[in-house]
Amino acid sequence: MQQVVYSLIIINKAGGLVYNRDFNNALNKVSVNDLLVLAGTFHGVHAITKSLTPSSLGIPSYQRTGIEVLESSHFRLTCFPTFTGTKFLLFTEPHQPNVDVIIRKVYELYADYVTKNPFYQLEMPIRCEAFDRHLMTYMRAR
Amino acid sequence: MTTASPAQQGPTPLASSSSIQQQRLPQQPPQQHAGLRTPSNRKTIYDRNLNRTRTAELSRASFAYLFGEMVGYAQKRVTGIQDLERRLNEAGYPLGQRLLPLLLLRSSTPTHPAPRPIRILPLLQFIAHTLWRHLFARSADSIESSSTNNHEYMISDNEPLVNQYISVPKEMSQLNCAAYVAGIIEGVCCGVGCKAGVSAHNAGEQGGLWPGKTVFLIRFDEDVVKREGTK
Repeated sequence: MQQVVYSLIIINKAGGLVYNRDFNNALNKVSVNDLLVLAGTFHGVHAITKSLTPSSLGIPSYQRTGIEVLESSHFRLTCFPTFTGTKFLLFTEPHQPNVDVIIRKVYELYADYVTKNPFYQLEMPIRCEAFDRHLMTYMRAR
Repeated sequence: MTTASPAQQGPTPLASSSSIQQQRLPQQPPQQHAGLRTPSNRKTIYDRNLNRTRTAELSRASFAYLFGEMVGYAQKRVTGIQDLERRLNEAGYPLGQRLLPLLLLRSSTPTHPAPRPIRILPLLQFIAHTLWRHLFARSADSIESSSTNNHEYMISDNEPLVNQYISVPKEMSQLNCAAYVAGIIEGVCCGVGCKAGVSAHNAGEQGGLWPGKTVFLIRFDEDVVKREGTK
């Protein structure tokens, strides 16, 4: 049984798409415009679901989380929000185990090769060659 | 009565604090007169690492953030790539000058003092092995001499530590932030009296085994080569 990660999308604090990468060549190509719309829509949906948390649970507003997993019969979308508002979206197979391990590794690669790069401006599209290289190596090796 | 008691309490805390200070003062001069502390094994503070234990580590991430900020700071004040590399070079130069006597002192024993390298090849070996091991915990990968020019020598490093997290954008592909390390090398060379200009160049192929391979080109002055004798 193939354990496959389909693609990764990174959304910045304002809801803009900063990174997009497909790991599987069999996927249909999505146009850049559609990806931007997807990122913005998800950002909005995430914010809405955050405020949908019932107040009767007594959770303070800064601890409420939005949508974490979206699953269909064809794929599973896992969202990892960081404390700074960046969101990592991972599209995988519906039965992929260890998604949080993968996402944590992606976050570690981001913290290393994007944030420590002096030529990267925050909230801008990610164009770091070292990040791409290490990400592809990790995904191919798993 | 209620007003009298605070007045009585008022001066006394001050008096006690001053007495504490007076108690502290006599302790300080004896420590000052003791001078440089030399424990029984005769090792002074210069023999020891800044971190007391051998296994104490520095955070690579902290250094990466600091170095990234240095590059960003320089970038705002320069006009071009050459200028940026020159600034990084100048930032590393005093580091090399200070490391030279420290490393020589640490590698020498009272019976065998380590001599300052005065000829080119021992100097290059000192840089590629002693200096590199002190800074990066490994040796440099190779020392080469240029076949065309007897002034020029090259030290190469397959993956410079300072460049590990940096991805230079395509429009600045000539830039190599290891110019900082080149400055350190230049400081060491000038410190031993062999004046040289050192620059860092990208030698890695895209998609090769070492895409970040860097070659440090060391260009010695005329007089140094003449002093060395004919090759």
